Amino acid sequence: MGDYILEMNNIAKVYGNGVVANSDVSFNLKKGEIHALVGENGAGKSTLMKILFGMEAPSRGSMSLKGKPVSFSSSKEAIGEGIGMVHQHFMLVESFTVAQNIVLGMEPQKYMFVNKEQAERFTDEISQKYNLKVNPKEITKNLPVGVKQKVEILKALARGAEILILDEPTAVLAPQETKQLFDELENLKQQGHTIVFISHKIPEIKQISDRITVMRSGKTIGTYECETVTEQEISNLIMGCEMDTSITKEKRDFGKTYIHTEEISYKDKSGVQVLKDISFGVKSGMIFGIAGVQGNGQSELVDLMTKRKSIQEGKILFEGKNIENLGVSDIRKTKFGYIPEDRLDQGVSVSESIRENMISNRLSSRLFNNHGFLNFKNIHAFVEKNIKSYEIRCTGGHQPVGMLSGGNMQKVVVARECGDEPNILIAEQPTRGVDIGAAHIIHKKIVELSEKGCAVLLISADLSEVLKLSDVVAVMYEGEIVAYFDQTGGLDEEKLGLYMLGIKRHEAEQIRKAVNQE
Amino acid sequence: MSRERTFNMLRTAVSMIAAMLVAFIIILFVSEQPVESIKIFLVQPFSSRRYLGNIVETAIPLIFSGLSMAVLFQAGLFNLGGEGVFFMSGIAGSLVAIWFQLPFFIFPFVCIGVGAVTGILVMLVPGVLKTKYGANEMVTSLMMNNIAYGIGCYILNNIMRDPSVSSLVSYKYRKAALLPTIISGTRVHLGLIIAILCVVIIYIFLYKTKGGYEVRATGTNIRFAKYSGIRVTKVIILVHVIAGAVAGCGGIVECLGLHKRFEWTSLPGYGFDGAMIAMLANNNPFGVVGAALFVGYLRVGADLVNRFADVPTEMIAILQSLIILLISAEKFLHKYKQAWIEKDVNIGEVKNEGVF
Amino acid sequence: MKEFFNSIFTSDFVYSVFRVTTPLLFASMGAVISDVAGVPNIALEGLMLIAAFAGMYFSFLSQSALIGLLMALAVAVLFTGILAFFTLYYKTNIILGGIAINSLASGGTVFFLYLTAHDKGTSVALASKTLPVLRIPIIENIPVLGSILSGHNILTYLSIFSVVFTYVLLKGTALGYHIRAVGEKKAAAESVGISVVKTQATALLLSGIMCGFGGAFMSMGYVSWFSRDMVSGRGWIALAAEAMGRQTAIGSAAASVLFGIADAFSNVAASMGLPSDLVKTIPYFATLIGLAIFSIKTYKKYKDA
Repeated sequence: MGDYILEMNNIAKVYGNGVVANSDVSFNLKKGEIHALVGENGAGKSTLMKILFGMEAPSRGSMSLKGKPVSFSSSKEAIGEGIGMVHQHFMLVESFTVAQNIVLGMEPQKYMFVNKEQAERFTDEISQKYNLKVNPKEITKNLPVGVKQKVEILKALARGAEILILDEPTAVLAPQETKQLFDELENLKQQGHTIVFISHKIPEIKQISDRITVMRSGKTIGTYECETVTEQEISNLIMGCEMDTSITKEKRDFGKTYIHTEEISYKDKSGVQVLKDISFGVKSGMIFGIAGVQGNGQSELVDLMTKRKSIQEGKILFEGKNIENLGVSDIRKTKFGYIPEDRLDQGVSVSESIRENMISNRLSSRLFNNHGFLNFKNIHAFVEKNIKSYEIRCTGGHQPVGMLSGGNMQKVVVARECGDEPNILIAEQPTRGVDIGAAHIIHKKIVELSEKGCAVLLISADLSEVLKLSDVVAVMYEGEIVAYFDQTGGLDEEKLGLYMLGIKRHEAEQIRKAVNQE
Repeated sequence: MSRERTFNMLRTAVSMIAAMLVAFIIILFVSEQPVESIKIFLVQPFSSRRYLGNIVETAIPLIFSGLSMAVLFQAGLFNLGGEGVFFMSGIAGSLVAIWFQLPFFIFPFVCIGVGAVTGILVMLVPGVLKTKYGANEMVTSLMMNNIAYGIGCYILNNIMRDPSVSSLVSYKYRKAALLPTIISGTRVHLGLIIAILCVVIIYIFLYKTKGGYEVRATGTNIRFAKYSGIRVTKVIILVHVIAGAVAGCGGIVECLGLHKRFEWTSLPGYGFDGAMIAMLANNNPFGVVGAALFVGYLRVGADLVNRFADVPTEMIAILQSLIILLISAEKFLHKYKQAWIEKDVNIGEVKNEGVF
Repeated sequence: MKEFFNSIFTSDFVYSVFRVTTPLLFASMGAVISDVAGVPNIALEGLMLIAAFAGMYFSFLSQSALIGLLMALAVAVLFTGILAFFTLYYKTNIILGGIAINSLASGGTVFFLYLTAHDKGTSVALASKTLPVLRIPIIENIPVLGSILSGHNILTYLSIFSVVFTYVLLKGTALGYHIRAVGEKKAAAESVGISVVKTQATALLLSGIMCGFGGAFMSMGYVSWFSRDMVSGRGWIALAAEAMGRQTAIGSAAASVLFGIADAFSNVAASMGLPSDLVKTIPYFATLIGLAIFSIKTYKKYKDA
């Protein structure tokens, strides 16, 4: 057992809301390996790593580092012992420069003040040492995602991290960027660092890791040498049983154009052109996928379509009606559904019950509203029906949404948005951070809706999701549609990646086809 | 959920007990006969019909202000303008009660109506500034308190002041404008019925209507509310109107129920009390009644101790602050809660339901 | 009318602007530091009141203005500590915690005023001390300028220094970096081992010290006694100034001066025989208008955001 740099034994963690994230987990690391920690969303991977990094205290269990027992009550202690973590959501102060972020908490000082020059010099030095190129003077806010990730890795290395934890680092990257990241990780491994790589993308794991630990339902299923298991075996281990997540779609004809945008352009408040001449059309019964690396104008496009930003240039028509002068509440009165990107931010109200969360968008409907008074009988029936049909795991409609897991919470959102069969559905990252089972149910519901004639606009950074569901696919890059595919046959992630990074671009004529004229 | 609720109730109870204990400590230090004083503080308020009546009559304005704050809090608004509203509606209603002449069965209600409208107008200033310009409602409402006080004092000094009395008070109200006493042997007045009526109406509004749902959704997650198509600005204005009307009623009801003329020379302090009462009540309208009675009890007790042992009644402010601090302390008693939850969940035997 | 303008365009008026701006400057700097750290201290009002009482009382007990000042600071820090303990350790909502401290201050000071001075209005019965006035050599003798710049209470000069201090703290020091990081993105600071609780507590305590100075000035400089609710909304005006100054030391200081001018103006107007009840409201009106105008500007700019 002596050859492990880190051992975690019988770890358990119960959160304040009663959710058991880890029960009896054991995990170990060898020096200088790349170790993949895999499992579906909600399997407890992140919790385990938070415990290792001192962000959460385990309810029970023990850890030992280089043979001696340790316990961390804060990240600071974990950092002190040579552990570094790159979080899925970046931990960067956006208004700071790269150098300021890298030296944060260990600023070089001159008299009583921070020595900026030295901070920048230091940043340059380590950036060269590890071959991770960044510009120390740049404001973090303005950096592309890939570079922000480099800053994060440097931040950890600058603090002397020997064990580096990367929580789903590839989720935000285009396939080509992922390749670059893997080269960098290999390089770090050569220099003697140990890397924990959290992911649920199986091909990636096969490609990069030496050993694999699989988690399921808060437990470790086992640790395997990478060469000894096949992709299919890993998949089975993750799922626990063979689960069919394939979607069957009926071949169908499309109807009228329900969503139509015409040369949408948008500048943000600092004058940057975020969207440029976006024109496309989504017909009844069609699932229109938009692929792209995050931050290429997708969220602004959705903001415009859902009226959270006002339209500057161009037109958006829903079922032939210009929405320029409508408010959110006007759009909500039409047959319209919108699954937002960040469910905790606007998708749900966590302290309220499932019931209250499921009716927020349909208060004006006759069914629920009797001259200003709520019709509890109908509300109840509606909610119970949805809980059943979406298989929401809960103790009942009265349970606060905050007590549910991410997947079930998302089902509440989807049930609310799709419950009365809208004609238009905008689905923004509908299954992000959702376990495979829940994702499958959500995918099925979206396809079902489209079969009933709904026009679905699907925006997702998860390319496998886009390819699985969409009838047609457009790629967004730097605020423009740079590619349009009128069918998904023959498309793969690698191919889309070229367009997502702006390496390739379709002819204007091909892109114009996205309008899908009748 | 029930666990969560039980825990909240426990925390409220502990906060109340802690406040009582602090009261004892203060009395212990200040009073020369501490044991006797504590006994008076605890028991005397229940000793006679008159004192019991005092508790209820003290609670009446507290119900109004607590209710007003509860509605604001439910919408996630930290508006502390109740102070100014109480004062200004008292002034406006008093003008009517002094100079109008109406039959007794409608006279008080006309005064109260004027008070409520005044309350709405005063409260709308922060409301409109918030919705139109995004100005922080807490700062603007506190500014409004001082403005209302200045304008109110001006009216009192220059228009309503009764020169035949040496202290600064208004002319006497007309008899027909006064709210009649409803329980003999006490000073408990019709205002109690009006207060309870308001409680019931606000309860129905908050929990049974579309408007109430919108208020609560705005309060728990304003981005969620906007996203769902709720007109948040409309909700904020509506809430200010309701809170202004309720607090406005409270101001004039207090004047017409307990006094014969306008007697406030400084802001009455009900705005801040309201915040504490709403918190004690967890923003529930019926809870407000209970919380107001509890605070009324503390006040009457403190008042009696003041008379007996010269312990200033301002002691109450210290207790109230402690209650606010403890009730809103999410992590207070948290260790026990965590242990309780962990004990309840059998870590070894986790079903999938527990994890997902 | 002429008389009115004459009394505004005098060195006395400018002098009085300095005087009334002093507590606003301290408090708004306190607001800036705490707000940048993500823990907006809305208890400024109450903390200044408590400090004013402590300054008065301990200078009376010790018959030393210096001890009075130190105790004002100590007591302000103590109560900020209570606020910090509850908000950071017990996770009391910072706004509610602030409300609690304010109501504690307004009732508690009267409670102790009665116990010490046997009066619920003022402390004139207690012979407390005031802090010294500083005459600046050379400048003192310059006509006009001398009478404006020299001869202020020592805390008035210190209040100007507090702006410089706040600016340098946030822009140039490691603590300032940490405060900004914690305020902007807690998790980022945490992930590199900066203790959020400690940083926020430090920021709160610094704002408490500012309130200590502001409060001490009220009872040991502005006037020489304590009276109930004597801070009369200055803490809130400072918060408004901080909002208008967009969390920056310089901007907030500028806004504080504007409100100081309004305050000085209301004093002049009252001495002119205008109805005092109404002119007293001028600073509060100014704050409302200031907030609205300021917001209109940002509102237009960020209409979409």
